[in-house]
Parts: sequence; structure tokens; C-alpha cells
Amino acid sequence: MSLLELSGVEKSFGPVQVLHGVNLTVDAGEVIGLVGDNGAGKSTLMKTITGVYTTDKGRISFDGADVTGRNPGERRESGIEMIYQDLALAPQQDVANNIFLGREPTKRFLGLLPGFVDKSKIDAEAQHMIDRLGVHVPSIHLPVGMLSGGQQQTIAIARALTFKPKLVIMDEPTAALAVREVESVLNLIRQMRDEGIATILISHRLNDVFEACGRIVVLRRGNVIADLKRDETDMAEVVSYIVGAHG
Amino acid sequence: MLKLLERTHVRGESLAVLLVLIVIMAVLSPVTGSGVRVFLTANNFFNIILASATFGILAIGATFVISAAGIDLSLGSVLGLASVTGAALVVTLEMPWYFAIIGSLCAGAAAGAVNGFIVTRGRVPAFIVTLGMLGIARGLALIISSGRGIYGLPEEILFLGQARPFGVPTPVFILLFVALASHYVLAHTPFGHHTLALGDNENSARATGINIRRQRMMLYTISGLMAGIAGLIFTARVNTGDPTAGLNYELLAITAAIIGGTNLFGGRGSILGTMIGALIMGVLQNGLNLMAVQAYYQQMAIGAVLIAAVWLDQIRTRGRSLQ
Repeated sequence: MSLLELSGVEKSFGPVQVLHGVNLTVDAGEVIGLVGDNGAGKSTLMKTITGVYTTDKGRISFDGADVTGRNPGERRESGIEMIYQDLALAPQQDVANNIFLGREPTKRFLGLLPGFVDKSKIDAEAQHMIDRLGVHVPSIHLPVGMLSGGQQQTIAIARALTFKPKLVIMDEPTAALAVREVESVLNLIRQMRDEGIATILISHRLNDVFEACGRIVVLRRGNVIADLKRDETDMAEVVSYIVGAHG
Repeated sequence: MLKLLERTHVRGESLAVLLVLIVIMAVLSPVTGSGVRVFLTANNFFNIILASATFGILAIGATFVISAAGIDLSLGSVLGLASVTGAALVVTLEMPWYFAIIGSLCAGAAAGAVNGFIVTRGRVPAFIVTLGMLGIARGLALIISSGRGIYGLPEEILFLGQARPFGVPTPVFILLFVALASHYVLAHTPFGHHTLALGDNENSARATGINIRRQRMMLYTISGLMAGIAGLIFTARVNTGDPTAGLNYELLAITAAIIGGTNLFGGRGSILGTMIGALIMGVLQNGLNLMAVQAYYQQMAIGAVLIAAVWLDQIRTRGRSLQ
């Protein structure tokens, strides 16, 4: 059975129908490239998976459970993480707090008052995560806004990986990065695959997609029009699907 | 010392401003019969804290809301509404004394909840909602009291404003308790972390599964509750449910929060900083009073301080982003 299974997912905004019954499956540890022209519905599709958008029709099951009616917090609990293109970091909060945002571990203050954020635990585990990813960040006590684009991308990935996700969705993770930083992100994706974490990579950079993904799904006008194995296709074929020129 | 400031998110500068202001006021204030500067007497010290207590508690409410990139302009009016609601229940309707407490706190929290509801459900900008509430709450306070003060509260209530257990005015204890509890919530609980993240980047808060609506709703309710507590103290101090209580106090409260280091655009806020901000406002008012400066000029001074504080902060942020 697949890890993630979408069947007949439809979504409209007012009179505009963006998704026309999308079917998609992702297996554990699989890396999928989701490509398509601007306006094809990639972002909308991903937001229906994370629960930021509710679906009008269709069913989304994840890890054997129907998650269609669950909210974003609950889906995150069940193991779906998304890294947004704008990274969705809080610039004035420090690195460690950003990584644990929304999931702060607490203890009792002086053994009495409940709900006291365990800052030393946050700092220790955040540092551990950063070290594991093998990326250099000057200090976990710095506000995230003071870091470079590549470092911020790393923080966003660290946040996604800290709570042992089963599926990570990445929206254009390499678009704003320098060449060396792109390599380190693609390496991280491979590392995640080896740990059994599934990834959906949304990208306009087909080079990156071909390098990292085993399967490539093309979205066009809210429909999946191609689902190709990387080893059985080439860039020309994918491009022709994207622009709608394929037979 | 510096480390302590950093740990408690208090800005060194605001503390320095407070100390400098204290020295200036002490030097400029008149001398008593026994040769001591009036400003430096213990009595005057309590005067300052007593005066600061009311808008200090309002400033705590403002800190919560502004940290989350919101604003509450209705604080002063809700204080007035809370003041007459509590007094009317006990004096006019002759209910037991504790209904003054229940009435004031509930009136404040309810007004705050209405603000929060309209901001979150109606998606009306907080600036407009709370500006509207500024008018509504004040009008309601005047209607409830027929435009007149409601005098004659029971002893138990007056204790909250006029008594001096251990030689210290009761409002000072209340302010201390509220400030410590609020500091705990804002700096050390997940709720506080979520508040700052929400003010910093709403998308960030949403992406990490924080319930933004509930968060905002609670923040505006807390702000209203603070106005309720301040209203209760006001009533107790002057033995009157006063419909004009807290007029222009939102100016004092927001200024205290901002000069205490709360970022007007959200993402950063500290209750201890706000307390220093409130003391700065209290010292400023008190010192000007002692120097017999007309109240009209004081109003101008406070407004100027607010603008200067935000201006300086803008210069500093710009300097930082250029680095």
C-alpha cells in the first residue's frame, strides 16, 4: 500500500476550478518530482495535501488513514511536512526556536507551574539536528533573519526533519540558491530517501529534478497528464508534456 | 547585568533612559522643608508607581497584542467601561461587593473578545475594529452611568485601591502579580512563542500548524481583560465608577510598550521592558507635575515621546539591514 494516496481531488476558488480530479500515489522513501507550468496547480495541490486548503471533492489518505478532514496541525502530527518557497521562517526569532516552532517541549517551572518552554532542550536538539545535516550555521541563538539564503533553507529543512516525518514536500527549494548550496540540498534529499522519507520536489529546474527524483509527475491545467519513471524518459519528453505539445 | 538584560529581553537603552530621567527629575524637582528633593521621597516613589499601575497594566495588554503585529486602540475606553460596569453592579444594583470585581473583569474581557472576534472572523483590520470599540465602549460607559460618576463603593473594593498592606499600596502588588504572570506567559510558554512568531511572520505560524484565529482571539481577550483589571483599580482608587476614566490612556499604554522595546510591527515584545517603559512614563509625568508644568504640555510631551521612540527604532532597524 502506498504512503500517500490522492484520488479524484478537486478544488475550486470561486468560479475557477484549479484541480480537476487529481490521482497521485507516493510510496515510502520515494522521491517524486512534480513539474508543470505556472498556474498548473502545483502549489494548490500541495496545499490540499498539507491541509492548508480543504478539498471540494476526492479523498486523501496518508499512512493508511483518511486525512481528508484533518487540519494542517493534525496532518503535521501524522508526518506530513512542507517546506515553502518563502521558507515561512520567523525572522526575529532565533534558529532553535524556529526549528521547534509549534511543537515546543515544555516542563514544569520549579516543579510547579506547567507549560514552561524547555529552552535548554530546544537548544540542544536544534544543535544536534544542524550538526546531523552537516551544514554550517554560525549560532543557533542568532535571529534567522540574519542568516544567508542557503542557511535559512537549511533551517527550514531542519525544522521539517526534526519530528521524523514520513513525507516532506519541498516547494522550489533550490530556486534562490547558489550552485554549491543547491548541491547540498540535493544531497540532503538523497540522505532523506536513504532513511525512508518520501519527498515531493516541486521545481522548475529540470536538471535538479532529474538528478534527485526517481519518478516525475507532470501537472497541466489541474490534471496529472504524465507519470514517468526517470530512467525511461528524457528532458525533451518532460518538456513537451509541460507545454502541452505531447501527442 | 548585561546577561540578565539579554535573558529577560529588556533593552539596555530603555533602562538607561529611565535612570537618566530619574536623575534629571531629581535635580530639577523642588526641595522639601527638611532639605530633601521632593522627587526622591518614599512617598513620591509610591505616587509614581501608583500612577503607573493603571496604565502599566494597560501597557501589558498592549504588549501582547502589538507583539503579534496587532493593535488595541480601545484600551482606555474599555477601562472606563469596566470601571462603571463594576460600580453600577454594586452601587446601583446593590449586589455584593465582589460583583465589582467580576463585573469589571468580565466587561473588559468581553469587549476584548468582541474585538478579537471581528478581527479574526470579519477580517476587519484591528486598527479599525479597536478604533470603533474606542467609541462604542466610551459611549456605553456614559450610557450605563448616565454620564455621571457612580460613587460610594464598599470597603472591600476600596482596599484594592487605597490600602497599604506592609506600607505598600495594593495596586503595586496587583501590578507586580499581573506583570510576573504575563512575563511567564509571553516569554516562557508555547503561547508566548506562538504570539511572537505570529507577529513576526503569519505564514510561518500557519505553516507550523499554529491556530492563528484562536491565538488572535485570545490575545485581544487578554488585552481587554487587562483593561478590566486597570478599570477595577481605577474605581477602587477614586471610589468612583467613572465613565471618563482612562481617557487617552491608550496613548500612555502603547507608548510605554513601544519604548520598552516592543516592536510596533510585531515579532518582539517583553513585559519587563514594558514595565520599564511604564516607569519612564510615570517618572516623566510625575517630574513634570512637581515642576508645575501644565497638564497640556505633558500631553504633548507624551505624544512626542511615542513618535521619537518609533522613529529611533526605525533608524536602528534600517541601520541593521544595511549591515
